[in-house]
Amino acid sequence: MSKLMIQYVMRHEMEGLNSEQKIHKILDIVKEDKLVLMEGKLKQAEEAELIAFTMQSISKKFKGIEIAVIDPSQTTDSSFLTRLKSKVATSVLGITSGLTVVGPASIVREIKQDPQKIQLFTLNIGRGK
Amino acid sequence: MISLLRAQLRKILGGLFKKKKQVKLGLYGPPNGGKTTLANRICMDWIGEEMGSTSNMAHETREIQIKEQITIKSKTGKEITFNLVDTPGIATKIDYEEFLKYGLKEKEAKERSKEATKGVIDSIKWLDDMDAVIIVLDSSVDPYTQVNITIIGNLQARNIPVLLVANKVDLKKANIKRIEAAFPQYEVVGISAKDGTNIDKMYEALFELL
Repeated sequence: MSKLMIQYVMRHEMEGLNSEQKIHKILDIVKEDKLVLMEGKLKQAEEAELIAFTMQSISKKFKGIEIAVIDPSQTTDSSFLTRLKSKVATSVLGITSGLTVVGPASIVREIKQDPQKIQLFTLNIGRGK
Repeated sequence: MISLLRAQLRKILGGLFKKKKQVKLGLYGPPNGGKTTLANRICMDWIGEEMGSTSNMAHETREIQIKEQITIKSKTGKEITFNLVDTPGIATKIDYEEFLKYGLKEKEAKERSKEATKGVIDSIKWLDDMDAVIIVLDSSVDPYTQVNITIIGNLQARNIPVLLVANKVDLKKANIKRIEAAFPQYEVVGISAKDGTNIDKMYEALFELL
């Protein structure tokens, strides 16, 4: 029977790290075939950098990543005040709401998402789903 | 006072000799959305030649391709000229074994995989150079992916104008509404780059974008 390891990365673990350090921290965990569950989310530019660094790391063993972000500030039913609070927290305090899921593509086949939920489809676990 | 005059002079001379900026219109999106098919459609319509090869196999375009000085004309007589930049599809994973299913030999598949990873990195690097972007999405697949959100978010953060194109409307599974719902802040034009459906609408939308 296969197993899927999940590593929870708390917000304070990312505080004080620069973009490259954050990305390496995520990729180092994923390369150990673990699923990262990160409190908060990366900045847009960091997400693009994460993809670029992932591509640099592709090898016979490491096929890449699957990523999804649940962002409560992006939900259509969230109030103006909620979205405003989230924007202020992000721009002034650097605090990002939400949850980021990053998994190795060799285990996570697909992540389907909408702003409020995600569905994770895996490979090599049980019957493959 | 003298330094102020010098600065003013530099500004005037700089303005006189500054070359007219070449507008770069990028085609971005995930692999297999039909970017090169659309690039070929635009090039055939306005300069009578194709831009690149297309294939059902993902990552057919693995290098940035540029076709310079394409001028398109509106029905009302307006003209715009741009350099069309076709980019490799942006993905978060590339597995050379996927290419073996299309009959490639292992060595070829590995080479294609290596080129594809470089292509993705180049596409991301080029984001900064774009003046406007057409995001080409396959309307028959789920558009709400993190790759699409990341591409659009990065363009938004750079204040680069974006036109969303829902390609492959000729397919039975095509669903433009799904793309409109995923990215409600953008106008979505449903087209078929393959058979030319609504391509005029896309050109009209381009005139508003550029």
